[in-house]
This record gives sequence, structure tokens and C-alpha cells, in this order.
Amino acid sequence: MHINMKIATKYIVVAILLVGFTSCQKNSRPNYQYMPNMYEPIGYEAYQESDAFANGVEAQLPAEGSIPRGNFMPYEIEDTNEGYELAKASLTNPLDSTQVDFVRGKELYDVYCGICHGNKGNGQGKLVQREKILGVPSYDDAGRAITTGSIYHVIYYGKNTMGSYANQLNEEERWQVTAYVEKLKAELEK
Amino acid sequence: MKHVIYRNLTSRILSLGFIILLTVSTSLSAQEGDVAKGKSLFNANCAACHKLNKPMTGPALANVEQRLIEEEGLDREWINNWIRNSSALIKSGDAYANKIYNEWNQVAMNAFPQLSDQDITDILAYTAAPPPAPVVVDAGADAVVQEPGISNDLILGALAVLFALLALALVLVKRTLNRFAEAKGIDTVIEEKRTPIWKAFIQNQFLVLVTAIFFLLASGYFVYGYFMQVGIDQGYEPVQPIHYSHRIHAGDNAIDCKYCHSSARVSKHSGIPSLNICMNCHKAIGEVAAETQQEGLKEYGVDYNAEIQKLYEAVGWDGTGYTGETQPVKWIRIHNLPDFAYFNHSQHVSVAGLECQTCHGPVEEMEIMYQHSPLTMGWCINCHRETNVKVKDNGYYTKIHEQLSKKYGVEQLTAAQMGGLECGKCHY
Repeated sequence: MHINMKIATKYIVVAILLVGFTSCQKNSRPNYQYMPNMYEPIGYEAYQESDAFANGVEAQLPAEGSIPRGNFMPYEIEDTNEGYELAKASLTNPLDSTQVDFVRGKELYDVYCGICHGNKGNGQGKLVQREKILGVPSYDDAGRAITTGSIYHVIYYGKNTMGSYANQLNEEERWQVTAYVEKLKAELEK
Repeated sequence: MKHVIYRNLTSRILSLGFIILLTVSTSLSAQEGDVAKGKSLFNANCAACHKLNKPMTGPALANVEQRLIEEEGLDREWINNWIRNSSALIKSGDAYANKIYNEWNQVAMNAFPQLSDQDITDILAYTAAPPPAPVVVDAGADAVVQEPGISNDLILGALAVLFALLALALVLVKRTLNRFAEAKGIDTVIEEKRTPIWKAFIQNQFLVLVTAIFFLLASGYFVYGYFMQVGIDQGYEPVQPIHYSHRIHAGDNAIDCKYCHSSARVSKHSGIPSLNICMNCHKAIGEVAAETQQEGLKEYGVDYNAEIQKLYEAVGWDGTGYTGETQPVKWIRIHNLPDFAYFNHSQHVSVAGLECQTCHGPVEEMEIMYQHSPLTMGWCINCHRETNVKVKDNGYYTKIHEQLSKKYGVEQLTAAQMGGLECGKCHY
């Protein structure tokens, strides 16, 4: 009986060690580090939690009314039906013909717009073809009759189901995309 | 004398005929619109803002014509006017038009002057058509998936039983043979006194030496291996607060990486997308397709619809609008370089034009995101040694490329030859 107990404890110890070793290799946990104090940053990291701000995260919105450096024009037309009509009627592209770069415009368009609007602008993007998102109009839709201003306005604020792309595209990129959308519209109307 | 039963026969037949005609004609007029055509028109023009059975940007449209007639007394003429130019109808002071406009937060409906009367009839026929019976995927999928499962189990079970029977038969045969041998007086077991193998081993000192050296080397190898992987998180696969499938988004739907991780183009970080980017699509997609849901439950044990609900809770979306009550999603960071190494995404993505997959692996196949590359210094350096810099059409590189290609005597320069191995480039 005594010997049996000894054997049993041996087996148990081996089993615990095995379980211990295998659980060390779990992929859901990060690995050990040699010198964590050299790995961990002293300054704040992006998205870090922090007590420094009231909402407990490091990532903060810029203070209201702050303006980025460089060429910046605030977009002052409001996100209302009147604002849409105003933009549609009056807004024009500040980029002149030498600054409009259709290669870049296409690149950005294919990433951010083509997935729904289709790379030709006919409203037949991959998500539409797979029936994930429906009702995406073609750019030559007569009822909407999009213009430079309305394209920019909708990229900036979004409309109906479409969301705002103001945080994925900066001002200059939005105008590049606008110019490219106009090009697609002209091609569709041919 | 006439039989009583045939009295007024002609008038009855006439009235019966009239009733039949009436039913047929009414059903004809109701089916005047082509449901299939209406569906494609609806999907192309209306579905951006309207669903059949759920409010979206605009109200739900199932049976809209009938409801308008019954509840508001509005005819087809009104519907046509509304669809072709709703804002004109609102301006004309139409009571119901103004009421519905204000009810839906004064979102102006697009004008559809291009829709003909027939088009609108088709669309209304589609909205009036009974919804297709919910596809019973469950039973079908169960049957399809389980059938091979059951037969596999059966085959394995049958094999196990067969082997057990064979083993039993062998034991029985051996016993019987032994018994025969005993009966005939033959010694079956011939035993010899031998030194046990471990004693022989200890007595042979050369063998002991070789074994000791082998064990030392082997343990040295394993200890070295263990220490070399400390601090490397290759394969790290944490459980995220919301189960996000890169396989579905980047793989099946082929959404570009930079659609969500847009800051990889312009910044040091490839940012975690903010939830408004999820909502660009998930405003419209509240539920995954039935097959996708089944696949998730069967293969990955994930309820995708419940995961989308988690997104809605975090972003404060109640199905039609934002409530303003948001909660941060505490994503767990996977790729993390130590603080003493500098890495810039835009330099690699925009300037070098690398594919994300070069470092992050086949993300479009990953159901759960994991770290594909070791992210060690050796790994960085190796790539810098092997990869040629794209200098074409890049004015920034014109001069340095001229000078360096003369110095090295090559046309194509690797990142290392451009200074990609200098310590200060990444450690400062």
C-alpha cells in the first residue's frame, strides 16, 4: 500500500509538470520577456489606457476648434439638407488640373469607394454583388445628378447608409477622389 | 316539368362566371407588377435606405401600398409623386408628406424621376409579395454535415471492434497451441539466465560516456532553443473582445486592408479602426447571411450575429440611430515591437509599396488574427538584405540611387545598401 502511494505521487507530479509545460505554450498569452523595462515604453503608447484623461484612454480627440498645421481649409457647410443643396450648387474643386492626380485618385477610390460603388462607379462593387449592401446607385443616376460639390459633401459627411470618410481620407485626398468620381461619372454617361 | 334543382340555372351560371371572372381579374390586377423585376429595382434603388421588414434610414416598406390606402387613404398617384420628387410634394404642403418627413428626422428622400409607372408597379408588387419562407438551413446543414461524420464514426468503431476481435482470436489461438504443445510434451518456454540489459549497459563504460555526451548536447540544444524564443510572440493569438473574422472581411468580401487600417498609409501606426468604420457597412448589415451564421456555429463555434450585436452595443446603435451611449472596445494588441525599436508603417506601405501580407501573413485566411512573423531583428535585417528598393518614379531617390549604384556597381539596390542596416535607423 505504502509503495503504491509513492508510485501514485510520482505519476501525479509528472502529470502536473506535463500540464504545466503545455499550458506555458498557450498562444492566447504573450511570451516571457528578458528585460520588460526595456520593452515597455515610458511615454504613452497609442490606444493605451491612462488615468491622465477623464475617459481613461490615451487617444484623445483634438481640442475643439484646433486647426492642423499646413494647408488647411475648414469645411464650413453643415450636414443638413440645405447644406447638401448649397454644396451641390456652389462648391468647386480647389485643385487645378495640374494637381489632380487620377492615378492616386484611382488608388484611393478603389480602396475606399470601389468596394460598394464598384471600380467603374456603376454601383456594382463586390459587397453589392455579394448582396451584403444593397441600393448603391450608379454615378450617372439621374435623380441624384451628383456634382463636384455634392460628391465632396457626401464623402465628408456621408449620406443615408453611407458613412463619413473624413477620417480615412484627408482634405486633399477627398478632392482627388472627388475628381476621380467625376471622371467615372463622365465615362458612365458616354 | 322542370326539376327544382335546375331552377334559375342560367342566372346561377352567369353569377358564378362573374365571380370567377372577378377573382381572376382581381388577382390579375394584383399581380400586374413583376415581382422579380421589382426586386432588382428595389435592390438597386430603394434598399440603400429601406428594408422590407425593418426600419432603416427610412421606414420599412412591406405592403406599403396597401397600408397607405388603408391607413391614410392615399392612392397610387400620391406614391408616384412621392417617389419621383418627394421634396416637391413636401413643399406643396401635402399633410402626410410633411408628417412622414418630420417623423424621419427630415431626411430628404432622393428623387427617382427615371422610374416609370411600370417600374413603380413592379417595386410595389415586390413589397406586397409575401416574404420568402425562411430558408431552413439548419436541418439541411445538419443532414449534410452529420452524414459523413456519422459514417466516419461508424467506420472507425467497426475497425476498432474488428481489431479487438483479431487480438482476442490471436490470444485464443496461442493458448490452444500451447495446450497442444503441453499435451505432446514439448517445452514451449526456453528460458536462459542473461544479465539484464541495464547492467550490461553500465558495465560498458564507452557506451555510458557516449550517452552522457549525447544527453548533454541534446539538453544544451533545448535550453538554447528555449532561451532564444523568450520575447518572441510568433503565433500569439489572444481572444479579442469582439470576434472579428479577417477571413470573412478581407478574404470573402475582399475589403482592402487599408480600408479599415487607413492610417497605415500615412502614419507610424497601422491604427485599430474606430468603430465608425465598422458602421460604414454594419449600419446596413445587422445580420450575417444564414449560411455564414451556420458556418460560424459549426466550424468556429462563433455566433456572428451576437458579435455584431456587441459592436452595436459598443458604438451605441439601436438599429436606426445612435443613442450616444458608447463604450470603448478593449482590443488586445498582438504585434508589439519593444520600445527600443522604431518601425514606421507608412514607410513600408506607401513608400516601399509592400503588401501587408509580406509581414502579417495570410490575414485574409485567418479566422482569428495571430502574429505570423517573429518580428525579431534578424528577421527585419534579412528582409532588408533581400529586398530591392523601388526607386522608379520616386524623385526622392534619384540622386542617392545614382551615387550608390555607381559605388556598388549594380542597378538594383537593396534596402541594406541604401543604409537599411544602420543601427540608428531603428534604434535611437
